[in-house]
Amino acid sequence: MSSILIIEQILNGLQFGVMLFLMAAGLTLIFGVMGLINLAHGSLYMVGAFAAAAVAGVTGSFFLGLIAALAAAALAGAIIEMVVIRRLYDAAHLDQVLATFALILIFSEGTRWIFGSFPLFLNIPEALSGPVSLPGGIEYPLYRLTLILIGMAVAGGLWLLIERTRIGIQIRAGENDREMIAALGVDISKLYTLVFALGAALAGLAGALVGAIQSVQVGMGEPVLILAFVVIVIGGIGSIRGAFIGALLVGLTDTLGGVFLPELFKLFMDTGAAQKSGSAIASMGIYILMGLVLIWRPTGLFGARA
Amino acid sequence: MSEPILATHGLNKSFGALKATNDVSIDLMPREIHAIIGPNGAGKSTLIKQICGGLRPDSGRVVLCGQDVSGKTTQARARAGLGRTFQISDLCMEDTVLENAVLGAMGAEGVAWRFWRSALKTSVLLERAEAALDRVGLAEERNSRCANLSHGQRRQLEVAVALTLSPRAFIMDEPMAGLGAEGSKRLTGFLDGLREEAPILLVEHDMDAVFALADRISVLVYGKVIATGTADEIRSSQEVREAYLGDEI
Amino acid sequence: MTLDERYINGLVLIGLLALPLWALATDEPFTITLVTRAVILALAAVGLNLILGIGGMVSFGHAVFFGIGGYAMGILAYHAQTYTALDLGFFETDGTNSMPVIWLVAMIMSAIVAFFIGLLSLRTSGVYFIMITLAFGQMFFYFAISWAQYGGEDGLSIYVRNGFPGLNTLVPIQFFGICFALLCIVLFLFSRLQSSPFGLALNAARQTNARVETVGLNPMHLKLLAFVISGAITGLAGALFADLNRFVSPTMFSWQLSGELIVLIIIGGVGRLMGPVIGACVFVALEHFLGELTEFWHVYLGIILLCIVLFGRGGLIGLLTGKEGAHV
Repeated sequence: MSSILIIEQILNGLQFGVMLFLMAAGLTLIFGVMGLINLAHGSLYMVGAFAAAAVAGVTGSFFLGLIAALAAAALAGAIIEMVVIRRLYDAAHLDQVLATFALILIFSEGTRWIFGSFPLFLNIPEALSGPVSLPGGIEYPLYRLTLILIGMAVAGGLWLLIERTRIGIQIRAGENDREMIAALGVDISKLYTLVFALGAALAGLAGALVGAIQSVQVGMGEPVLILAFVVIVIGGIGSIRGAFIGALLVGLTDTLGGVFLPELFKLFMDTGAAQKSGSAIASMGIYILMGLVLIWRPTGLFGARA
Repeated sequence: MSEPILATHGLNKSFGALKATNDVSIDLMPREIHAIIGPNGAGKSTLIKQICGGLRPDSGRVVLCGQDVSGKTTQARARAGLGRTFQISDLCMEDTVLENAVLGAMGAEGVAWRFWRSALKTSVLLERAEAALDRVGLAEERNSRCANLSHGQRRQLEVAVALTLSPRAFIMDEPMAGLGAEGSKRLTGFLDGLREEAPILLVEHDMDAVFALADRISVLVYGKVIATGTADEIRSSQEVREAYLGDEI
Repeated sequence: MTLDERYINGLVLIGLLALPLWALATDEPFTITLVTRAVILALAAVGLNLILGIGGMVSFGHAVFFGIGGYAMGILAYHAQTYTALDLGFFETDGTNSMPVIWLVAMIMSAIVAFFIGLLSLRTSGVYFIMITLAFGQMFFYFAISWAQYGGEDGLSIYVRNGFPGLNTLVPIQFFGICFALLCIVLFLFSRLQSSPFGLALNAARQTNARVETVGLNPMHLKLLAFVISGAITGLAGALFADLNRFVSPTMFSWQLSGELIVLIIIGGVGRLMGPVIGACVFVALEHFLGELTEFWHVYLGIILLCIVLFGRGGLIGLLTGKEGAHV
């Protein structure tokens, strides 16, 4: 196993991690501010991917597709917030789970209705295709490297937004005391719609960006959603910083585990068996990670102590 | 001199820079009602939680009937004989009055791990539960849903559930809260009779009740017991006056 | 109009028994299979209702136990049908075709897994609990996919339905009879459990942990035991489901299935004895009739579900009896 391969896999893990972060950031923000568990977040990811694929398919421009993804996901988010979600803020978690589960059914089947069951394809833009040479003689796909940079930039942007802006102050205040900031004259329902749309846009962005390296199809959002849950459980619900650390941990564990565990198992079993059991264990790696974190800290790495 | 039923030895608890409990050592003698008073934020609730097991003190011990329970969980302390009532009624609101009382009886009889016979048809549980409801005057309401009870009735039920436990000591966190003059008076009379059964550590804001009931009063200010004594001693204590009224006098 | 819940319960059971008998008389075996499906899903949901409805634990990963039950059946029957040995290291077996043995294995395995998942998940509560159970479900899903020895993603087909002493399980009505009898037994046990001291304490723990602790009981232990029993029941249903289809695949572990089990309970009524049964009947009927009308019936299911959550409390039984269900 060469060091080049290892660095490549670490980059893959980072790329996966930052995309998970885009999903997890929205989820954790929505939970932190509104106390809502949103299963339909994966649908917004899917909406972003489909919007990007459809617009890029018509116009031929990946960039326009990306804009469409952001707009479509934010719009879808704002609409479901106003029509459904806002009735759920004070509801029990079970109601939230069910209502957003219902939204998944509606989004998924609706999308299948419009676009059919066949996957769409979203091509990597010309300018970003092909490999790039990194120091140390590593050839790495430019597009994936770009994803890492975009993810890092969004993380930085979110941090600035929440720590340094007026909206950020309101968001943080909303996490602590709804009634109080409403009493201070902040239009709380507008703030909630805005936060929800922001989370949705992030999910849509992730869907579009990842859609270019995977196929765009119905049901693509839920596996990512569940991984994002693992991320925020590890990081601590409501914590953006936790979501970032958690996302990178999960991305790296999943990617590196899939490559290195079979190799590790080869040291003490034959190749075929090692491949099988190594990949079987690796598929459970992040859940084992989650279990360990929970044993250590039941509210996650950066969660408020219960 | 007899041994105290319940005692704390040097309890300390800090939240960051705030010292919520500062070297608190109090005790509760047999047949005694010992009231804890103090201004809001004095650390009364924090103290109760440490005694009952919801909060772990930074240092110090809690001793119940000569047995050190400091390291024990809430439920173990309840089994050892602590009967607690909550400041804000914490009852099973969807269940009936009787079911709430039976829950307490189950704890006392240690029969929660039975899976077959109906709990409401098990006579040991029923007898214990109904006796407790009778004593607080809720027998008539046995089949009412707890959510439909008045505030005062909920306070009564809180006490009834504690009674079903046949505790060695009662810990009551503001049992009079929100009761009104008439209700407070009735409960005061009731608690006075209860001391025969087990002593009461009483946290209360209703000063009439405190002065009528308490054999001893401890004053908690900023987490520290500044005075302990009879009602008269507390009334005439310079320190207490300063704590409550500032140094205007 | 409000009805006594007991009459509704009785009517539902009679209907559930009468429909397949009528189908038998009119020679419509597919209807029998459909009702059997509803009965098995109901059984799985009764298991979930124990922790969801009484204990207030929203497990979004109950498909784990359904899947374990399914794979217990699949693996044992696979070894029996291929005449290969199943070597567990400490124990070797040729598999089995006997339903009672399979049920026992399914329930024990599910209970063991439920113990460990419960031990970890119950360290948390609320949203964490939902997400963690969901994640464990996904973990088993991916494990099943990568388990090449037992078909991986494609699953395992079992050619002959497993046997039950004295019955021909391949006859739909006889297999239905087995499932229906098991459902009745489990419902009876559920009703005993619900009114027992354990059930009362569990129900109290759903409403307030602090109260349960103050009377000297450990809510964690109560919940963990309930979780284990619940897992075993759902595991049993999984074994039956696999036998109904003579097929197991990783989809039995899917998160959609976990979600659907919750949906069944909500449709019928949370924490009510027959809630899951009514929910399962309605669900299977919707699936069948809406599915005939449109390929996209899930859209309508979603809309119905939204309406139930936003406007109807207490599910169908709540609607009929005029009483709200348990709050979770």
